[in-house]
Amino acid sequence: MSILLILLASAVRQATPLLLAALGGLYSERSGVINIALEGLMLAGAFTAASVTHYSGSPWLGLAAGIAAGVLVALVHGVACIRFKADQVVSGTAINILFLGVPALLSGALFQSTGATPQVPQEQLLPIAPIVLAFLLVPVTWYVLNRTPFGLRLRAVGENPEAADTAGVNVARVRLAAVLLSGALAAIGGAYLSIGQSSLFARNMTAGRGFIALAALIFGKWRPVQTMLACLLFGFAEALAIQMEGVSQVPVQFIQIVPYVLTIIVLAGFIGHSRAPRALGVPYQEKR
Amino acid sequence: MLELREITKRFAGVPANDRVNLTVAPGTIHALVGENGAGKSTAMRIAYGFYGADSGEILVEGRVHRFTSPHDAIRLGIGMVHQHFMLVEPMTVAENIVLGLEPGSPFALDLKSAEARIRALSDELGLAIDPTRRIEDLSVGQQQRVELLKALYREARLLILDEPTAVLSPQATAELFTILRRMRAQGKTIVIVTHKLSEVLDISDEVTVMRDGRVVGHRRTAETNAAELAHLMVGRDVLLRVVKPAAQPKAPVLGVRGLAVTFKGGEKRLDGVSFEVRAGEIVGIAGIEGNGQTELVEALAGLTEGGAVSGTIELDGRSVAGLSVRQRRALGISHVPEDRHRRGLLLDFDLQENAILGADDRPPVAVGPGRFWLRRDEIRRKTEKILAAFDVRPPDPERPARALSGGNQQKLILGRELDLQPKLLLVAQPTRGVDIGGIEFIHRRLVELRDAGCALLLVSSELEEVTALADRLLVMRRGRIVAEVDPETTSMEEIGLLMTGGSAAA
Amino acid sequence: MSFLRQLLFPLAAVAAAFAVGALVVLAVGDSPLNTYALLIGSALSWPDGIGYTLFYATPLIFTGLAVAVAFRCGLLNIGAEGQLYIAAFATAWVGIVLAGWPAWLLVPLCILTALLTGGFWAAVPGVLKARFGAHEVITTIMMNFIAVALASYFTQYHYKPPGDPILQTVPIGENAHVARIGALVPGIPERIPLNLAFPLALAACLLVYLFLWRTRWGYQIRATGANPAAALYGGIATGKQIVLAMSLSGALAGLVAVNEVLGYRYRYYDSFSAGYGFTGIAVALLGRNHPVGVILASLLFGALLRGGLFVDIFTEHVSKDLVMVLQGVIILFVAAEALFRGRGEKRVKSV
Repeated sequence: MSILLILLASAVRQATPLLLAALGGLYSERSGVINIALEGLMLAGAFTAASVTHYSGSPWLGLAAGIAAGVLVALVHGVACIRFKADQVVSGTAINILFLGVPALLSGALFQSTGATPQVPQEQLLPIAPIVLAFLLVPVTWYVLNRTPFGLRLRAVGENPEAADTAGVNVARVRLAAVLLSGALAAIGGAYLSIGQSSLFARNMTAGRGFIALAALIFGKWRPVQTMLACLLFGFAEALAIQMEGVSQVPVQFIQIVPYVLTIIVLAGFIGHSRAPRALGVPYQEKR
Repeated sequence: MLELREITKRFAGVPANDRVNLTVAPGTIHALVGENGAGKSTAMRIAYGFYGADSGEILVEGRVHRFTSPHDAIRLGIGMVHQHFMLVEPMTVAENIVLGLEPGSPFALDLKSAEARIRALSDELGLAIDPTRRIEDLSVGQQQRVELLKALYREARLLILDEPTAVLSPQATAELFTILRRMRAQGKTIVIVTHKLSEVLDISDEVTVMRDGRVVGHRRTAETNAAELAHLMVGRDVLLRVVKPAAQPKAPVLGVRGLAVTFKGGEKRLDGVSFEVRAGEIVGIAGIEGNGQTELVEALAGLTEGGAVSGTIELDGRSVAGLSVRQRRALGISHVPEDRHRRGLLLDFDLQENAILGADDRPPVAVGPGRFWLRRDEIRRKTEKILAAFDVRPPDPERPARALSGGNQQKLILGRELDLQPKLLLVAQPTRGVDIGGIEFIHRRLVELRDAGCALLLVSSELEEVTALADRLLVMRRGRIVAEVDPETTSMEEIGLLMTGGSAAA
Repeated sequence: MSFLRQLLFPLAAVAAAFAVGALVVLAVGDSPLNTYALLIGSALSWPDGIGYTLFYATPLIFTGLAVAVAFRCGLLNIGAEGQLYIAAFATAWVGIVLAGWPAWLLVPLCILTALLTGGFWAAVPGVLKARFGAHEVITTIMMNFIAVALASYFTQYHYKPPGDPILQTVPIGENAHVARIGALVPGIPERIPLNLAFPLALAACLLVYLFLWRTRWGYQIRATGANPAAALYGGIATGKQIVLAMSLSGALAGLVAVNEVLGYRYRYYDSFSAGYGFTGIAVALLGRNHPVGVILASLLFGALLRGGLFVDIFTEHVSKDLVMVLQGVIILFVAAEALFRGRGEKRVKSV
């Protein structure tokens, strides 16, 4: 019983960064902009949050700075994809590579380390708040998408930007807003890793969570509640892998690949069909 | 209500609108007619703020306005129904209608009140649209009515409809016209863009004719007739006439029996089609676009996607129904597709690589085991031969296909397909977007091909073109062949009647 | 003329990226001039600089070619990383299991394994795309993680030397080794790991060029990438081309194993790739998806990898991660090509 509880609590903790990043991805992708930059955005958030918390002593300031960093990096992705019609996958890949390098480079200069920030004291961590926020954001995201003018426009530009344009919606502006939101949320997810779950930023500490979040988003068919369930499932797999490390005969690698295998199966249409927003990945050219 | 003054618009230096003047009186239905490419749609997109004009003025209710986006037009009470509906399919009717003009606060969308208003608007005109349904579950006619509602919801007093009947069945067209008359009775002003004269005469109060980007005439509908309008549209008395000797049909080449194409949900876009085409004759298919012509050609070429093909297709008595595109080509079926940009060309590739599309496995171009290697010198020779024989200009084999004009692109495709010496040529919309000189050239080549003993199946939405070229004419409507007529002795009006099912007589 | 124009834009992107890099260097408190002098000097010194630059360029030529071939078919292969990992493990496995076989048989067999395993790993997303329309970007990303996990599992549980703290396999048989250039060419010291995989990479470039532009299969792959609807019309089975292009792409990525396993480490080593698969995207983009461009871009990135190590050691603040930053910025600039054209190119279809 208690082992199950420990496992569930651990699953929720593991699911939190995934959920934050996946919800971020949801905004971006529902607006039609592919966001495989989630990994890089999380890293930017994680590094900035840990650094600023270290200097200021305030995790809230750290979180705010992390969000700002995420938004800034997302701005680069957004401007490249929306304004300059860059290939969204390529731009995202560039950002992922960039943010493997930037934190390491800066940490060398700031902390004379090879990619890690100094330890943040226990009392300056935010172990709970991001979890609450992540799960609160699920109904909020559902509401925003389905019950607000912004959500309506967001869905419209992701499905048929030309129709939205003729109805007087500024496609570029809506998409940019969505991409910036995704940067903020992914950065919170990253910050949770560095100043919530652990107490410092370590080199490549996301370890592919941005991609698992993307997988959860697809597995959850680009819908908030299903995406949350997918994150919980993947988080559970992760928690299980941690618990079983060294204890069980089942190699952790087999549990780790569960999310990826499931996503491929879903994409192939074996378990229900996951239909992407119709204009996903297609830059929109205004006709004027 | 609306006035365009001296509107000029160029695309890449080519004028699409050249000093266009147009006055639409309030409370009338005004038809804007012209052939494909005459500049009608461009003018209307300018009036809707979708394009900016290079020069000229737009007046709404006597005052000059500058439009920077459709927003400006919408604010002034102008609405537009595009030829391709601007609807977001997975969203509901109400969501589509309020998009960009959402009721309620930024934090709470008030769809309920919008739905009530939409219902009221719909009832007023008898549109029978349920605002809570999803667009993807509606028929084409219903979707068009949603577009009308979208404009009315924005309190449009002037409605522009771009080719509204192109996708409609005759019944749906009749219903649409009833709705438009009701709207006129309510005091709305309507501009209808079309190239179908029968519809112009049926529905409009006034008519403006465009040709080559210019306005060439304005008439009160009651004081004109089809002949005069046709004359204005094409700019000459004698409509397209092709000088051709009588056909000498020989043995049947293509035999089609009971051909059907069924899509998801049992939708038959082609149903029970049977006919044959003999060597040395041109069989024309007439019909309003979207009545199964595309599906027919694709089924014959082996290109049907997402649908199930049933029935027999025989070439020289041998069934080809189960064969791949390549196998059919090898048996002598060539194909000039209706959309050359989408299907017919690799726009970014040079003319040489376009010249071997569909023929890359034939010697002497392909050599070696499995015809694995391509010979550059042979490709070049073949390309130069085609460019010379079909007068493609400029005859530069290394130029990308994108850089050619529409007419030259079409000549390249025709040259490529004829170079294969086909037994059967499937040719769809051969002169769409082609200049007059190119049209005559292409028509002449098609007749020559016929006289050389090839069987031709010609599909064209230009009724004049099919009647001029075809030796026998099949009329298609709603996926079926509804009649076979002799194009020499049958009047356009009769054919038009057959195409539309008799509802919109000219 | 047109060749120079082709070169102009990538050069502009590289120059812009170096400018951004200079700002970063300034920000962390070093001199950009010194840093770049160090970077370039150490990459071009003879024989070590050039030898290592070529050594680092080798895997990038393979992955760059891999991405370019897929791209010519309209596919974005983000999975070269996974393909090279799984291929490297399989190659090492053959080299371990068949260690006693003669070299003339074992080396070709190992290379074949690299080709086939990499090809298979990429064929899966290819089939999923052709058959079910599953987007290759997502499936290849997923396949990356699966490849790394599988290779790590087999290494950890079955082929690790007992007691070894490092996650790596036992060594492959000596007969599976590929000779170092230093052993063949006098004047180049044998400590430089540059090996026969480099001429193999150049040969691969030539073969890919001939394949894409001189054969029917290559034509069909490119036609599919340029316009699938037109390719279908021309009788090209586009689904088959997608699977073929992906397989070929994966096979090329798999050849990284020749350089890393057969020519350098002589074993499979967990996380040996410095993101070669992803850098391959940068290489292909910068090289305009052409084999010659791929070679040039690989040399650039190879030099950066080599020079980065020296920057790491001999500057006070700048680490070798500067190279990552430069890579990222180069890709961004190349992707946002319109940036260099002043404004987003406006293509309006006439009505």
